[in-house]
Amino acid sequence: MAVVDPPTFSSGEAAERLTWAERVPAAYWVLAIVLLVMPAFAGNFVLNDIFGRTFYTGIIALSLMFLAGYGGMVSLVQMSIAGVGGYMVAIFGVSAIDTISLGWPWYVAIPIALVVAVLFGTLAGWLAVRTEGIYTIMITLAIAAAFFYFTRQNYVVFNGFSGFNGVLPPKLFGVDWQQAVPFYYLTLFWAVVCFLVVLYLSRAPFGLALQGVRDNPRRMAALGYNVIGHRVAAYSFAAILAGIGGILQTWNLAQISPGTAGIGPVIDVLIIAVIGGLRHPIGPFIGAFVFVILETFAIDALIAVGLAGDRFQLLIGLGFLVIVFWSPDGILGLWEKLRAARNRDPLLDRGGDAP
Amino acid sequence: MNAPTSISERLGATGTANALELRGVSKFFGALAAMEDINLTVRPGERRAVLGSNGAGKTTLFNCVTGDFPSTTGNIRFFGEDITAFPAHERIRRGLRRTYQISLLFTGLSVVDNIYLSSVGVSRSRFSFLRPRRDDALMSAAENLVRVVHLDDVKDTVVAELAYGQQRQLEIAMALAGAPRFILFDEPAAGLSPTERAELIEILMGLPGHMGFIIIEHDMDVALRVAESVTMMHNGRIFKEGKPAEIEEDEEVQALYLGDGSHGHG
Repeated sequence: MAVVDPPTFSSGEAAERLTWAERVPAAYWVLAIVLLVMPAFAGNFVLNDIFGRTFYTGIIALSLMFLAGYGGMVSLVQMSIAGVGGYMVAIFGVSAIDTISLGWPWYVAIPIALVVAVLFGTLAGWLAVRTEGIYTIMITLAIAAAFFYFTRQNYVVFNGFSGFNGVLPPKLFGVDWQQAVPFYYLTLFWAVVCFLVVLYLSRAPFGLALQGVRDNPRRMAALGYNVIGHRVAAYSFAAILAGIGGILQTWNLAQISPGTAGIGPVIDVLIIAVIGGLRHPIGPFIGAFVFVILETFAIDALIAVGLAGDRFQLLIGLGFLVIVFWSPDGILGLWEKLRAARNRDPLLDRGGDAP
Repeated sequence: MNAPTSISERLGATGTANALELRGVSKFFGALAAMEDINLTVRPGERRAVLGSNGAGKTTLFNCVTGDFPSTTGNIRFFGEDITAFPAHERIRRGLRRTYQISLLFTGLSVVDNIYLSSVGVSRSRFSFLRPRRDDALMSAAENLVRVVHLDDVKDTVVAELAYGQQRQLEIAMALAGAPRFILFDEPAAGLSPTERAELIEILMGLPGHMGFIIIEHDMDVALRVAESVTMMHNGRIFKEGKPAEIEEDEEVQALYLGDGSHGHG
């Protein structure tokens, strides 16, 4: 019933929603079981370097999906917000750079890190929301570039070029969370939490109104919504996600440096979100998985066919081009297209989800 | 030329604040005056029709009152409060509402969700992270409004699939959400069938007595039925004010407006 489960805004979604409900639970159950028992048959490399990375990169891309998909705001500052989260746990918590790090316990350092990340995201959002389209991209890119150069040149707080190493997760419950299996479950847990929160929020008043602001800002103002305020609040919420992703990434690599939030990674987040699809919160995780797989194995694949291994970016670029060309809604859109084609009645050339 | 005396002043409106009071309001787009030196007073509960040919400045008047576009000069008061500098959402939260000439609806959402979103806009749940419960007060208010505008049969239908007339009715329901004090209707009858027009008149006449409104309407049958007073606009200025009967009989008005063939057109 629409009262408790209103459909999302994008046209044609209502029909798909029914098939979603019928279809996906089974697929999600299978996925959940596979992910839960993964450590039983996967090695440390797969757990840590493939799935751990997929999960925290997915969370950071999810923060962009939330802004771009529901809010229509393409923000390139999300990786920088993740960087702020990572830097703050290094600065307020424990790292090998003990001349700067304050060494405060995790239960102080992590909340501070998230608060600072949210403040930074809110400020960036406050600057960006007055612009539209290409100008939002430019202003957030400018902030991201400024953050990168600032962290590289500031030695007093950010330790300049080398950044911080030895940033480890707390040994909570006697578990070394940096080990492959605990870290796998840690990142899986937060990926699922962030995914479910975004999914739930998409149909709560805050998320519905955000989609209303995306589709029809003038009407939303005429209904009493503060359009600017709502957009800034969306940036604040997205910053929590990006901050969580950034902290997990910093723990995984045990270090954070300016390059973590350099221009390359900033663009990568956009590529991941677009490859996966901006219409559903599962998209960024699919995108992150594809990206990590490509980045990890493209080198070997290229060498196998006799090409230089350092051209792996070419493969990612080509993959991006193919996906954007064939399906503006990313892999998610591709999947829906295939399903629509399969449901189509070959005689009537009609039916399925296709409009 | 003296500013015309408004009907409410002639009726001797007493001390209580007027629902809407415009003093010397103008709107310029560059050098072009879309609306110039408008003085308008509407009492609480008053139902006013604004008539005038295309380009007379009627919709510009609405845009300036609701804050869709800021006015260039002048002063706007809403129930005594100076709202001239307020952004649109602040005016709406004070009980002002409007409908749009070309419907601005959320076409991917159901009827009841469109109205729900309208009720949430003026409530404190705007930023709520929690989905509405089945017995949510705003949701039941939305369900009530669905009945008021006769859309019960299609309340869970996605708006894109509604007939044109139903979309116009939804537009009205969205303006009625969340305890409005004063509503601006921008050509609600445009494009409606005769039956739908009759329903529209019934909805407008059925509004609670304290809920005043201004209606822009080309269809004189609708406008003069629901309004107690009429303001004629011409070339961005107020040209005449009076009771419907006076306006209908006024020779200047007939020459300018009623005789120019736009009578009865959408």
